[in-house]
Formats: sequence, C-alpha cells, structure tokens
Amino acid sequence: MTRIKEKFSALESQNEKALIAYIMAGFPNEKATITTVRGLVKGGADIIELGFPFSDPLADGPVIQNASTISLQKGTKIAKFFALVKKIRKETDIPIILMTYTNILYHKGYDKFIFEAKKAGIDGFILPDMSVEESKEYLKSAKNKADTIFLISPNTSKKRIEKISKVSSGFLYLVAVYGTTGVKTGVKSYTINAIKNVKKQTKGKIPIGVGFGVSTPEDVKKYIKAGADAVIVGSAYLKLIEKTSQNQLEAKITAFTKSLKKQTRAT
Amino acid sequence: MKYPKDGKFGEFGGKYIPETLVPAIEELEENYLKFKNDKKFKKELDYYLTVYAGRPTPLYYAKNLSEKIGGGKIYLKREDLLHGGAHKINNTLGQALLAKKMNKKRIIAETGAGQHGVATAMACAALGLKAEVYMGYKDTIRQKLNVFRMNLLGCKVHPVKSGSKTLKDAINEAIRDWITNVENTYYLLGSAVGPHPYPVMVRDFQSVIGNEIKSQMKKINNKTPDSVIACVGGGSNAIGTFYPLADTNSEIIGVEAAGHGLKSSKHSATLSAGSKGVIHGMMTYLLQDKEGQVTETHSISAGLDYPGVGPEHAYYKDTKRVKYHSATDVEVIDAFLLLTRTEGIIPALESAHAIAEAVKVARKSKPSESIVVTLSGRGDKDVEEVQNYLNKHDKN
Ligand SMILES: Cc1ncc(COP(=O)(O)O)c(C=O)c1O
Repeated sequence: MTRIKEKFSALESQNEKALIAYIMAGFPNEKATITTVRGLVKGGADIIELGFPFSDPLADGPVIQNASTISLQKGTKIAKFFALVKKIRKETDIPIILMTYTNILYHKGYDKFIFEAKKAGIDGFILPDMSVEESKEYLKSAKNKADTIFLISPNTSKKRIEKISKVSSGFLYLVAVYGTTGVKTGVKSYTINAIKNVKKQTKGKIPIGVGFGVSTPEDVKKYIKAGADAVIVGSAYLKLIEKTSQNQLEAKITAFTKSLKKQTRAT
Repeated sequence: MKYPKDGKFGEFGGKYIPETLVPAIEELEENYLKFKNDKKFKKELDYYLTVYAGRPTPLYYAKNLSEKIGGGKIYLKREDLLHGGAHKINNTLGQALLAKKMNKKRIIAETGAGQHGVATAMACAALGLKAEVYMGYKDTIRQKLNVFRMNLLGCKVHPVKSGSKTLKDAINEAIRDWITNVENTYYLLGSAVGPHPYPVMVRDFQSVIGNEIKSQMKKINNKTPDSVIACVGGGSNAIGTFYPLADTNSEIIGVEAAGHGLKSSKHSATLSAGSKGVIHGMMTYLLQDKEGQVTETHSISAGLDYPGVGPEHAYYKDTKRVKYHSATDVEVIDAFLLLTRTEGIIPALESAHAIAEAVKVARKSKPSESIVVTLSGRGDKDVEEVQNYLNKHDKN
C-alpha cells in the first residue's frame, strides 16, 4: 500500500477528509519550499503535491505559470528536485505527489523517471495533460511503484469516468471549474452536482479530491459537505508564499493550513 | 495515413490534453467527420475558396529563374496570390465554416507573425463570426501592422505575456481560454499541429494545394512532378502539398528554418535537430533541452518560429517518405532576392526557405525534370525585415 492509500484509510477511520496542499518546488527558492513543507506538516496538511516546473504549463492559470517561470529561472532541475524531496523525506513521512507535465517524464523515460522519483520519496503522479488514451506506457512504468492520479472534469461523461477511475489510483482528481488552476469563481452548483454524481458512480471505490480554484476555508467546507474526500488548495498557497518573508513563512503557512484543515474534520 | 481513428501517425500525434477539453475535441471530431463528406458543406466551402479566396491558384513555370540556374524546371504553386496573401485562408475558411455549422458563436485563434490571425479575422468577418486572437507580446511589437489589420477586421487581439511571449505561449493561452469557455467557443488552430483531429483536419483543408498541383502538372507534362518542395513551420502548407503526392514517385522535401545554423541554438529546425516529445496536445519532434523543457527558437521568418511540428511530418521523417532539409537566414535572404529579381515575385520569407532548397535541387537536375515549389505566401509583410537585414549586412 502506498503512503497515499494509507493516509486515506487512516483518515477514514478517524472520520476525517484530506487536505492536500499544492506548492511549486523552488518557488521562490529551495529554502522557502523546505520551510513551507514544515509549515504544512505542522498545520496538519495530509498530503503534499509538489509541482515540478514545465516551460509550457497549459492547464495552469497565471499564479502557477508565474511560479513555474521563477522556479525555472532559479535553476530547478530534475536531479536537484529529487535531492530536495530526499531532504524533505528526512523530516517527514507525509505522502508526496509530484505534479508536472507529460513531457518531463516522457523525455527522461517513464521507467527511469518513476524509478528515481520513487527512490527519492515520491508516492504518486499528477499529469494534467496525460489522457487515459495515451497512458499505456506511463501506467506500465508506474505499476506497483507509485499512484497514478488522473483528472476528471464536471463535463466528463459517465463512460469516461468509468474508464478513468479504472486506471486512477490513490484518488480521482475532480477539476472543480471550467478553467485553469487558480481561477476564483466561488463554489458553483455544477461543481456540487458533479461531486455528488461522481461519488454515486464510483461508490467509494476510490477517494474523490476536488481542486482548481479552492482557496478559502469556506470553499473547503462546501466541497467537503457535498461529499469530497479531499480538497486541493494550490494557488492560494503560492500567493501566500509570494507575499510572505522567509522568517514569517513557516508560521503563516501553519496558520493558513490549520484554518483549512479544520473544515475537513467531522463537526 | 488517410484518417487515423486514434489520431496516431505511427507513435506521433494523439491527444495529450486536459480532461476538460475531451468533450470539445470529441464534438469537433464528430462534426468534422460528418461535414467533411457533406455535399452541401463541400459546395459552400468550394464557393468561398473560389470566389472569395481566389482558387485555384496558378502553377507558374519560373522560366527566368530556371534558366539562370541552368538545371531542372522550377514551377511555383502560387498560394501567395490568395486573398490575404498566404495559404492560411484555405484552413481558416474551412474551419470557420465548420464552426458555423456547429453553431459556435465565439472563435479563438493563436497567431505568431499575425498571418493566421489575419486569415482568421478575414474568414470570420466573411462568415459573420466573432474572433479573438492570442498573440505573443513580443510578436505584437514585432508585427504591429498585423495587430492593426486584425483590429480593422473587427477582431480583438490579446497580447500574451507568459513564458517566452511568442507563438508557443499564444497557443498555450488559446488552449487555456478554450478550457475556460469550452461550452461556446471554437478553437481555430492555424497549423497542422495540436491534438487529434486538428492535424488531420488542417491537412485536409490544405490538401487543395497538392491536389491542384497534381492535376496542373498532369496537364503540363502528363506526369507527377519529379520533386516537390515546401517550407515547414507547424507544417500546414507542406502537409497540404505533400499528402496528395505521398503515394506517387515524387521526391518530397520539407524545408525548415536553420536560422543562424543548426549548430547554433538559434534556429527552428525541429525535425532536423529536435527529439521526440509532447507539446500542445501531441507527440511529435520538439526542440527541448536535456530536461525536457521546450527551448526558444529563432528564424528570420516569424511564421517558422515554432519549437514543435505537425505529427504527420514526424511520421514522414521516421518512415523516410519525406526528406527534411533546412535553410539558414543567409540562404533565405539570397533566395528572396533571387526570386524577386528574376521573376518579379516577392516571396514571404517562410516561402523563401523552399526557394533556397529548390535552387539546390534544380542545380543537380536535368532540364527534363520538374520541381514544384509551394510559394506559401507573398513577401509584402517582410520587406521591412529584409531592408533591416540588408542595411545591417551592407548587402544593398
Ligand atoms: C507565408 C507562410 N508560409 C508558411 C508559414 C508556416 O506555417 P505552416 O508550416 O503551417 O505552413 C506561415 C506561417 O505563418 C506563413 O505565413
């Protein structure tokens, strides 16, 4: 069982849902990433999604695009990234998911990339431009090594949800809104309906995580109430990191995380 | 490949896209398959291609040029004579008409130099559709006049300030817009790139070039050309030229932009110097660094300045059906001047890449041999660029 699956079953037994925090590795620098992770762990985040920057992040909004650009300018490289994950692993056992784009894995070779990522302490992958149709080789390489978390959207057909939940492991990522990451549209009724429908269809076989545009404790509360097993908060963290100085970072991240995490506990 | 159901040309192509776009891509494919053989649709498109765009375009024997070189006979497929001055209108009319049939009211497109943006704005104005165009911020500065032209045609231009602020980022931004407004928006892609079915669809709309060449050459000397040559950016004029001739004996050559040379980092020769990768929803050849990050490109012609290439070209390269060569900026300027002075035809700098190759091929061939070059566009847009180049290099 992977750390991600263990985490979800532990939470289930405590009647709790998961808070997943997304941050971009190396934004604005490596030190800040390590400090942020400490704050996340202290604040009670359940899973960390660590972004690895790509030159052409077509599913991302302005906040994550900017973070990618800065991270790349600061010299984030695959080997350095894995070294960073190893460093983080010395401090915490929290599940870590790597989020990046298909070409980064493809270019190094799925087998080689996933092997090294796993060795560094990565537990799963999210690739927003990897469609189920193109995933054969990727799935083969990840099998028994790491979770493959696929995305679905409020407009995904039942037939496709069926197909995608079969290859998805760890959890199924429901994109909350039509849009890129970080768009703030408030909680839409179509999202609430989508959560309910997907839950009904998947019958608890796989946890459902809701992300894109989730930024406040209020958002978290609404999605959890609708039946989400996890919420993913990303751009809101990056904005906080951007405006906070290094010496305040850990405390601020801890406080924000606590405010979000509170909403995932049974009341 | 006629119509690859899974969108794959060998291992290339496919659909590497965010899930939100899947229903839109499926709707597009369904409608494209329905209308491509629909008699009424074909008739309507044919009408616009004929009386609006100016098809068929002539196949012109460049006698002065051929005699000056003293080898094979060079024929020019005059796409430069089309409305708007380039082959782009073949595709934009086809897709805009399809969008109209699909009841899409909002059209978005990307553009590099502005040629596809202008062609989109024209087709949309003619068909009564609203268009918005994404253009890299750097390109809006370099190609101010095309921005104004699009505005005149009633089209909004969004400068893109992310990434390298050029064509590849404009495509990213157009895709992001599409993800956000997926319900009512049609994405009118400008080259034979992107996720399936775009590469096939754009090829089909551009195949009018190769089909006309075939029948025009038949009339001239009752055979297919010995060689056909076209420049390759995303690859739409080239695939439209090559595909109808792929099952003949013609030698086929695509010409990429070698910029300052293939050994420099300043070029856009994706097939000649790239490696396999995933960009903009497709598996193809790609200019990237050791880590899989897409690199910035250079060409004297903005229309070839793209780090990827259409997946069918990637397939033709690997199966060796097509040879992919390249021309440097210097060779391109020479070819531009040569054609202008010998024939009184000012070619687009993109098309001048194909002319540069044609000169090399003609030199090695006999007067009985025929070489067809697709002259994808006219060079009026480039005269300032050429003037600057000549002043800088003291070539006047
Ligand atoms: C005149 C001309 N030729 C060629 C191209 C390159 O595009 P493609 O390779 O899709 O034909 C362009 C693109 O802007 C163009 O304007």
